[in-house]
Parts: sequence; structure tokens; C-alpha cells
Amino acid sequence: MKFENYGIGIIKGMAVTISHLFRHPTVSQFPEQRLNISRRSRGNELVWSREKCTGCATCAKACPQGAIEIITSTNLKENKYEVEKYKVDTGYCIQCGLCVEACPYDALFMGYSYERAKYRRNDLIQADDELLESPERPVSGYFHPEIAEKLPKQTLLVEKVTEKRKQE
Amino acid sequence: MVIPDFALNAPLAMQVTPADWPGGYWWHWLFFTIIIIAFVLIMVMGVIYIERRGMGRMQSRLGPNRTGPFGLLQPVADAIKVLLKENIVPATADKVVHWLAPIIAFSPVLMIFAVIPFQNGALLADLNIGILYIIAVSSVATVGVFMAGWGSSNKYSLLGAMRNVAAIVSYEIPLALTIVGVIIFSGSLSMNQIVVAQDIPYILVQPLGFLLFFIAASAEINRSPFDLMEADSELTAGFHTEYSGMKFAMFYLVEYAEAIAMSAIITTLFLSGWRGPFLPPWLWFLIKTLVVFFVMVWTRTTLPRVRIDQLMALAWKFLFPLALVNLFITAIEVIFWPDISQWIFVGVNIVIAALLVILWSKLFKIGWGRLEV
Repeated sequence: MKFENYGIGIIKGMAVTISHLFRHPTVSQFPEQRLNISRRSRGNELVWSREKCTGCATCAKACPQGAIEIITSTNLKENKYEVEKYKVDTGYCIQCGLCVEACPYDALFMGYSYERAKYRRNDLIQADDELLESPERPVSGYFHPEIAEKLPKQTLLVEKVTEKRKQE
Repeated sequence: MVIPDFALNAPLAMQVTPADWPGGYWWHWLFFTIIIIAFVLIMVMGVIYIERRGMGRMQSRLGPNRTGPFGLLQPVADAIKVLLKENIVPATADKVVHWLAPIIAFSPVLMIFAVIPFQNGALLADLNIGILYIIAVSSVATVGVFMAGWGSSNKYSLLGAMRNVAAIVSYEIPLALTIVGVIIFSGSLSMNQIVVAQDIPYILVQPLGFLLFFIAASAEINRSPFDLMEADSELTAGFHTEYSGMKFAMFYLVEYAEAIAMSAIITTLFLSGWRGPFLPPWLWFLIKTLVVFFVMVWTRTTLPRVRIDQLMALAWKFLFPLALVNLFITAIEVIFWPDISQWIFVGVNIVIAALLVILWSKLFKIGWGRLEV
């Protein structure tokens, strides 16, 4: 005789819901509580290094969207290119990371930051000094394991919640 | 039994349990009218908060927690939002019916509270036919719902309204029959007298009756799992699809006021109303009402929505025969053993209830057993 057919199933379900009532919910309150994002996050913007960049434009060729624009001039004295303008339209960027992987001199990184929405379309176009690394624009460990090691480990909501529930 | 003439005894019945409130008929009337309206409006807001937070936590969410401390002001914010919205009436709508429907749906709910005792004798009118009056009045809300469905000239609204009428016509019967079981034990139709007669809460003496009443009541007030007349996923919002602004607020209010009314009726009939130790009676009444409402929220979170054929089958093949059997057993107990302690009935009736539910579950089939239940 299976008692599921006689209302026990309903009682079991009710027990599940009431047990959920007395445990910590599976949520984090975003603006106040922030979880660490992935160390290899391909963030919303690119970080560019002026020192390492040789102006070879490999990144611009690798970009499937054509979002990177680079203008160089020849420096005959030192036998190298001078970067005159390095412009990225992050509005076109699909965060594929191909430019970072393509760069032969490790001069380009994905960003670790988020919440980079802008009010105007034009603000999305970043050029030259705006692309440099700064405390507000940290570098992500994507394609660069040595950077990833220094970043904090990603916290998963599940881990946080199970930790909380153990304390209760 | 002598049936008292209600028309003659109405003022007299009010004197049976004299209220300690400021004297005079009209003072009593004014005082309790204000109390009831305030009670309903405040309780609706509280209850919406309880439902949304409770449901959120049961689904592993937090529920509204941004507006005010612990999100307590969320119902207020919602109310203001909905009152400031534009009042849209469809071009093809039956304007008068469309306009009248929320009022006709709302007024009977307020009228139910007229006979619900907040403590001994503390009620607007201690009618000696209190519970009968409730059954009569609560059905009127259906007319409002059907008017809403008809008046909006929208097929989904009409479908929702038709489902609502069908469901309520079916569920009124087990509802009324289980109430009769309670009345047989208490020997009175007056809500206050029913509470006074409950030395043991009738949930123990009438466990099957309570179960049937609770199911029928949830169906009657369109609470989930029987909320298929306003099924969001099927009919957008059922009968109030075409309503907005203040009129929508009225329907929203009706939904929760009905839930409170049903909780209050269940409290009065089965949970010994305002009676209880230590705390003041009105507080006991409030606590019990909220507990019953919480159980409704609990079932709402747990159970999935039933189909229309399951709804009808449950009413006619499960609740109706069981309510009849329950009434029969109760009548036998009261006639043959009127003087023995009711505690004996408690044990006997719980066993009978469990046996009957198991037996009837075995017999319960849809479509001659061809359909899955």
C-alpha cells in the first residue's frame, strides 16, 4: 500500500517548504554584499599597457568585431612604431578575449572590473590613457595565470550559503 | 427545536451578550463599523506582507526587503503606486457593469466581518443566524467577479469568471455541509454562541470537517492550488485582466480581504475563536487568524495548480460525499451520546477521519480511471 496516494505526498511537500522557511535563503543582496567574481573574468573593458605595446596591430586584426583602432607612425631613429592612437569601442566588444590571446607582447589584458555601464554611447569609446591600468581598472587573470594567482579566489553563492546554514 | 423569528429577535439577540463598549445602539454601530473597516484595511496590508515574505523564504528568496525596515512599507508603496495609475476602460466594455463590479465584489467581504466576534460580544451584530448570513453574503462576491469578467469583453476575463462561478457553485455545498457539522455540536447558528460552546476547539472534535472546510474555503476564495480562475500563466490574470488603477486595487483588496474573512471564519468555527489563556481575547483571535492565513500561504507555496476537471472532481467526488458522511456521523454522535465527554469524540473522530480519507482516496478517480489524478 503506497501512502503517497492518500495525502502523504502533500504532507511531505509541506515539510519541505516549511524547512526552507527556517534556513538561510540562497541569495546575496548585491549592492551591499558582493561575491568575488571569477579570477579569469573577461570584464567589461580592456586594459592596455603603453610600455609593452609595439604597435604591431595584431590585436586589431584578431578582433572579430573590428572594435580596436590603432594608428601608428614610424620612428626611423629607433627602428620601431610609435603608437599615436589606440582606440577601443567597448560598445562593439563581445568580450571574446581573442585580442588578449593574440598579443605577442602581453600588452593587452581583459579587465577585472564590472558595473561599467555608461549613460551615453560615446562614453563607451575609450582611447589611449583611458585604457591604462589603474586601481579602478584592475587587470583580470584571463590568459595570464601569473596574474590570476594574485587575485582573490572566486566565492560561489552555494559555498557561502552552506557555510551560513552550518552556523545556524 | 424552535426556530426563532429573526426579524423579531434581531435587536433582542444583540442584547444577549451585552458589549462593554460605549452604550447605545448607534454608538455601537458606528464604533464597530470603523473598527471593521480599519481592521480589514490594515490586516490586508499586513497579510500581503506576510504572504510575500513567507512565500519568499519558503522559495529560498528574501521577499520584499527594500521599502522601510524589513520591507514593511512595501504594501503601502504598492497601494500608492496602484492608486496613482491610470484608470483604463476597454472601448468595447460594458461601462456600467465594468464600473460596478469591484464594488459588488468588495462590499460582501466587508459585510462578512459584521458577524465575526473579535471577543465575547464584541461584534457589529450578534445575529442568531450568523453563519447562515455569512454563507449567503459571501456568495454575492461571485456576482461581482462574473460582472468583471463579462463587463471587460475579453475572452480570458470571461473564461476566468466562468471558471470562478463553476468552482464556487460546487464548493459552496461541501462548505455549507461541514458548517452544519459544527452547528450540530454547538447547537447555535450565532457566531458568538459557537465560540462560547467550544470548550474543545472543534478542529479536534471535527477533524474531517476542518480538513474539508479548509479545502473548500481555499477554493472558494481562489487561493492556490485552486486559483485557476486567475491563473497568471493561463489567463493572464483571469477576470481582472482589463482592470487597472483603483478598480484593480479593489479586486486585489477583495482577494486578501476574502482570505482574512475565511481565516477569521475558520478561527471562529474550528479554533475556538477568541478563547484562550493568558492573552486578551482579541489578541488570541488575531493570532489564530494569522496562523490560519499562514497555513494558506504554506499550501500556496507547496501545491501546484489543479486542472479544471480535477477541481470539479475533487468537489463532487471527494469533498461532497465526505462532507455528507461527516455530517451523518456527527448527527449520530450528538443524538445517541449527547451527554458523554466530547474528548471521546475527539479520538473516535480522528480515527474515522483518517480511515475515510484513505478509503476515499482509493475510490477517487477521474474519467472512470482513464485519467491520471
